[in-house]
Amino acid sequence: MSVEIKTANLDPVRNTFGNVARRIGGDKTASRYQEGSFDLQPVTNFHYRPLWDPERELYDKRRTAITMADWDALRDPRQFYYGSYVMHRSRLQDASEKNYELVEKHGLLKRLPKGLTRRLKAALLPLRHVEWAANNNNCYMTAYGYGSAITQGTMYNTMDRLAIAQYLSRIGLLLDDNTGESLEAAKEAWMSDPAWQPLRRLVENSMVTKDWFELFVTQNLVLDSLLHPLVYRRFADELSDEGAAVMAMLTEFMDAWFNDSSRWVDATIKVAAAESDQNKHLINAWARTAVANVLDALLPVARLMYFEDGKKALDEVYAAFQARAAKLGLTV
Amino acid sequence: MEKTTATPPKKLGLKEKYALMTRGLGWEPTYRGADELYDQIKFEGIKIHDWSKWEDPFRLTMESYWKYQAEKERKLYAIIDAFEQNNGHLNVSDGRYVNTLKLFLTGITPAEYGAHRLFAMLGRQFPGVGAAIACQMQAIDELRHVQTQVHTISQYNKFFSGMSEWRHMTDRVWYMSVPKSFFEDAMTAGPFEQMIAISFSLEYLLTNLVFMPFMSAAAYNGDMATVTFGFSSQSDEARHMTLGLECIKFVLEQDPANVPIVQRYLDKWFWRGYRLLSLVSMMLDYMLPKKVMSWKEAWEIYFVQNGGSLFNDLSRYGIRMPKYWEQTVASADRLSHETWNTFYNFAGAAAFHSWAPSDEDMAWLSEKYPDTFDQHYRPRFEWYREQEAQGKRFYNNSLPMLCQTCQIPLNASEPDDPTKTAYREVEHEGNKYHFCSDGCRDIFCHEPEKYVQAWLPANQVLQGNCFEPGVDPEAPGFDAAAELFKYYRLTPGQDNGDYRGSKDEANWLKWKGLAPADAAEAA
Repeated sequence: MSVEIKTANLDPVRNTFGNVARRIGGDKTASRYQEGSFDLQPVTNFHYRPLWDPERELYDKRRTAITMADWDALRDPRQFYYGSYVMHRSRLQDASEKNYELVEKHGLLKRLPKGLTRRLKAALLPLRHVEWAANNNNCYMTAYGYGSAITQGTMYNTMDRLAIAQYLSRIGLLLDDNTGESLEAAKEAWMSDPAWQPLRRLVENSMVTKDWFELFVTQNLVLDSLLHPLVYRRFADELSDEGAAVMAMLTEFMDAWFNDSSRWVDATIKVAAAESDQNKHLINAWARTAVANVLDALLPVARLMYFEDGKKALDEVYAAFQARAAKLGLTV
Repeated sequence: MEKTTATPPKKLGLKEKYALMTRGLGWEPTYRGADELYDQIKFEGIKIHDWSKWEDPFRLTMESYWKYQAEKERKLYAIIDAFEQNNGHLNVSDGRYVNTLKLFLTGITPAEYGAHRLFAMLGRQFPGVGAAIACQMQAIDELRHVQTQVHTISQYNKFFSGMSEWRHMTDRVWYMSVPKSFFEDAMTAGPFEQMIAISFSLEYLLTNLVFMPFMSAAAYNGDMATVTFGFSSQSDEARHMTLGLECIKFVLEQDPANVPIVQRYLDKWFWRGYRLLSLVSMMLDYMLPKKVMSWKEAWEIYFVQNGGSLFNDLSRYGIRMPKYWEQTVASADRLSHETWNTFYNFAGAAAFHSWAPSDEDMAWLSEKYPDTFDQHYRPRFEWYREQEAQGKRFYNNSLPMLCQTCQIPLNASEPDDPTKTAYREVEHEGNKYHFCSDGCRDIFCHEPEKYVQAWLPANQVLQGNCFEPGVDPEAPGFDAAAELFKYYRLTPGQDNGDYRGSKDEANWLKWKGLAPADAAEAA
């Protein structure tokens, strides 16, 4: 049984904005994602050339070799606009927050055998710098990318990566009783331990990449897809097997984030690659180069986690990525 | 297992915790040069010796950011939903009020988008982690403002004209080049100028004069959706203002050689901001059925008093009041009248309605502007009303001369003579350039190579660049106005012209069940 409230009915003159109507096939009620995502970026009649890039316009399609007839075709399957994004992340972190509280309250990390604690510090904590670079790289895509639909996604990714870096920092603070010593040691390892140098070199190289879509492929498609499952899924599982399920609790956010983010990354790559053979060729070439570099750089890090099984662990993650890439039409 | 008896972990204060979680994230690159990673940071000549001296103004971790912002969004969208469900747009003071929202959506919302991208640039360009994160948070906040404004105004767009093609128009329609060129000027500058232009001059010095008048206008005029958005973004704005102040102090404290550069940026962006505020001045004085305060009062409180004490604080660094600020005070009696007169004239080519002030409006204006209104402006508006009564509403069909810098038509009077149009001229590489003021002329003269590039709408129309592809201005029967409107996606007879007799007015009367005569009373 339903109860009806009588309301005054007023016929609207139109149902949505003109640009949205043209995109959704007519003047009909549009979603908040649709009204809040498309055509927000200026596209023409620019006034001044940037002092920091005098060869190009302020917003310029030529900042990547990828070409799209319509850049706003790169839509987010999660349909995130700011409101839905922060509400989603806030729910996700609520769960994580409970885990951190529990771990802190019962000193769970402190109960790990010393060997495991050392392994965690050595293999996990320096990754906060990798996340900081991922934050910077996504911020670069947001600043210099083209189209409000894709740069909206990279903006959310920027903040996600800062959050992950902060979660990793919290793990360090749980391990060192809030002195920050473990974070300092991790930074020292990041700067000078031979195991981390190939990855740091790769990360610094990524940060000078000028083509923002190439950077999207290197960072969000390749590096993330090889590193995140290797650490936040596989390493967490392995530690659980060794009696340290606490690691899975503390990295649950990262694992959930990766699954969520991959949907958006895959949709973006799929649409861009399907646009033209030229795009597909470029994306594939960038991905292959990145895969070769990332596999080399991750091997010493994988050995910190898995010792003599490092290569095997990395190969498994790589095989899973190859299968995923194949679905996007890529051979990596 | 036994409970651990080890010493409990050190308690961390918020500041300390934030520092540990964020500060150490960055590092000095060695495989690539720092100059390569942060390649825009030096060309302006600003010297930063120690980025760690940056005081984190908010110390917001992402976990708290998501938590607070999600809470705010839940409340805001609940109210927007209720507003839509109950046709809340019918509760505004009068149909004319909606024209301020048209100005807002086409003038302010695109500026918020510009700010979003600008702060993303800074979030990547600043080598200091604290500064970069503060900018990134502002970048995502500004995106929030764009989207919540669109979502708030969405309901008005369903019932009123002039908003449906806002995104298309902001890149093209003549007066929208004023905010567009302002933001593009900032975004195309170096990172420190970007920061001072938007974060300090606009956010800190002028927010109370850009953003708050619109929100207060909404509150006074029964616009629940917009005022709720305003309240919801107030804490974001407070953060952005703090960032603006922090950044200017940081730059000034880093090196005395930064002071003259910062002073020049302040001079420039104060003047740029002031000219942009012309649009707000007419909104406050002419467009609100229920007035909040006069432009002159707002300028006195928010600039002369608040701004004055701020500059007083900064004087210890060797910073003085921005150049030509006295002129803004001298012209405070005139700015809104001159600006509204321009829009009354060119209403035929605008995407919002203008109108001659009513008797009641004019009485208010006389009271607020005793030294100028009756003497200089009332006779003009009375003449407009006479013409209108005879069915000859005056429309100016010419193209105005625009200032090369601020792009506002040359409509302002000389600071010392209300009866004389202010006009400045500069010759540069064999061409003459025209300016509305000393301030705009000086800005041009410092960077002529930048401002000669300006896309001046009136000039572009005359050069034939404002027609759809394939249109031939030489063809017989060519109708320039009709073709221009197509290029603008402006529907003549619906989006433009006087409010009286508009579709908006007719719909408003129908929805409210008023006859035209009642409407005059209700207004």
